[in-house]
Amino acid sequence: MKIGIPKALYYYYFIMKWKYFFDYLNIEIVTIDTTKEIITKGDSYASSEMCLSLKIFFGHIDYLKDKCDYILIPNINNFGTYNQMCSNFSSLYDLVNNLFDVKILTYEINYLKHKNEKKGLIKIGRQLGFKTKLLKKAYKIACIKYNKEQKQLIIDNMNKLNSGNKKILIVGHPYNLYDNYLGKIIIKNLEKYPLELIYSDLFNQDDLSFYLSENIYWKYSKKTLGAIAYCQNKIDGIIFISTFPCGLDSLVNELVMRKINLPYLNLVIDDLDAITGIETRIESFIDIIEQN
Amino acid sequence: MANYYIPAYYLISKTLNVEIIKTPFITFKTIEIGNKYSPEFICTPFKYTLGSFIEALDMGANVLIQFGGGCRYGYYSELQKQILKDLGYKFELYNLVTAGKTDIKRIYKIIKKIDKNFNLFKGLYYLFITYKMIKYMDKIDDYIRRNVGFEVEKNSFNNLLKEMLEKFSLVNNPISLCYLYHKYFKKFKKIKINKPNNCLKVGLIGELYTLMEPFSNYYIEKELAKFNIEIKRFTNVNYLLFSNKKTTNKALKKAKKYMKYKMCADASSNVYWTKYLGQKKYDGIIHIKSSFCTPEISVMPILNKVANDYNIPLIFLSFDANTSEVGIKTRLEAFHDMIEMRRK
Repeated sequence: MKIGIPKALYYYYFIMKWKYFFDYLNIEIVTIDTTKEIITKGDSYASSEMCLSLKIFFGHIDYLKDKCDYILIPNINNFGTYNQMCSNFSSLYDLVNNLFDVKILTYEINYLKHKNEKKGLIKIGRQLGFKTKLLKKAYKIACIKYNKEQKQLIIDNMNKLNSGNKKILIVGHPYNLYDNYLGKIIIKNLEKYPLELIYSDLFNQDDLSFYLSENIYWKYSKKTLGAIAYCQNKIDGIIFISTFPCGLDSLVNELVMRKINLPYLNLVIDDLDAITGIETRIESFIDIIEQN
Repeated sequence: MANYYIPAYYLISKTLNVEIIKTPFITFKTIEIGNKYSPEFICTPFKYTLGSFIEALDMGANVLIQFGGGCRYGYYSELQKQILKDLGYKFELYNLVTAGKTDIKRIYKIIKKIDKNFNLFKGLYYLFITYKMIKYMDKIDDYIRRNVGFEVEKNSFNNLLKEMLEKFSLVNNPISLCYLYHKYFKKFKKIKINKPNNCLKVGLIGELYTLMEPFSNYYIEKELAKFNIEIKRFTNVNYLLFSNKKTTNKALKKAKKYMKYKMCADASSNVYWTKYLGQKKYDGIIHIKSSFCTPEISVMPILNKVANDYNIPLIFLSFDANTSEVGIKTRLEAFHDMIEMRRK
């Protein structure tokens, strides 16, 4: 059996858990890296004002639709009242269901209605014909492996703060930072320089977000704000990477830019055809940091 | 927002011992100021409210009140506070609703902070009257919207509405309010209209602020009335404050075919309303939103599909600070011509 997972949006939050979970059940996962064609394909399905990340998501669905048995699309509403998600995440399932003719596996994450990931994955497993006992075990093993791996990643990321090089914090949603087409080009560019790159999503300091914003209620923006608050005094600069027009970043990044006392670069990606412009901006930003 | 400043003014002036500064109606200057200090791709209500805040602060206000909804509306206040602070104003900004949750205890604490002598029972009494007032206003607005396009004497509806609202703001108990409502509703019904049986009917759906603030949609309802069109609009303050949850649950049941999960803000209700208008054989639907309104953008493809299934024309209008008024008018005219042709 093959399950297709679009390598966009929620993929980067959950893939490590899903990988171990489906591996244990002997289910193959189908994915593909983002390319220029995928963006163009996604553009044809999306309405013009949608954000670039969502367009990429549609492109992935279009690629996957006849290459797997099911496509996995969770519906993520919230992780509690003060841990909400971008509003796009709560309409993904219905969008795909209406626009494409595909078989979809879905579950809901809505802590206010007591629906969490564990219940959802078990529901999916039963739909595919597995026994509850086996599914519970698979989920447990996936969780243990995931926690171990995530812990190591966070430790590695935070250890970079002690290095002697100039340090830069890269702020952005993981689906933009690690995307093969959007973030990787920028990060490849940055890696040319003798810099230490620290990623904002690999932190565990959500509580510290209070110092920058009192009543922020988005789960993953909280994480980035916590990261910024934590390493405010230990880094030399911040690079914000967001897609056009990201709803959360327009507010949160603006607030952070007004509150921090560091040099920053705000990269808003609309279309990556003009990579030269971004290269020049990065170059001049690094000049500023080195002069400081 | 539209005429709703009257109940708001009424509630605050009756319960709190504060001086209220009436901001002028929104003009091009407001949006210009707001646009100047706003972030790049924020939705338009942010710009309007920021502009109004700056105008109010210039007039001498020192306490500002912002509400918050389910989408990023709930986070407006924090950024607006920072922007206004950076501009050098001194003020207090209170956000009554955060994260889409109405926490009554929190609101009570905030009110106590503003006015120490606040009396809870008095507050609840006037809150009840205000609730009734909003409900009556919405009912009358609904009647006006259906008939204003066919009035024989120009502005007769508008003048009577003004008179009624003036009387409304003087009431002191719910009974006299109820009496006034029935009295004026009869008067409204007596206004001469020239309405054919098979007039064109159009439904308005979309994002709440742009729908309800007439300036921000360039008085689209008046424009449509000029074409002799009956207008149906679902979004009003009564819906937003009191019957939101009920409608969403109903929407999820009735439009099961198109959506499985609850979507953010008014998105799920909009899907249901589109289906409703299609079933009731309306002549067209106009979807209005401010640009960059994420919940509405993510529901647009679904609305398109519903409209296709029920064979009803649907037009999307997006309003920003520098949308041209003439462009909107031309599109409306073309839309009107199209639905008229379809009739024949």
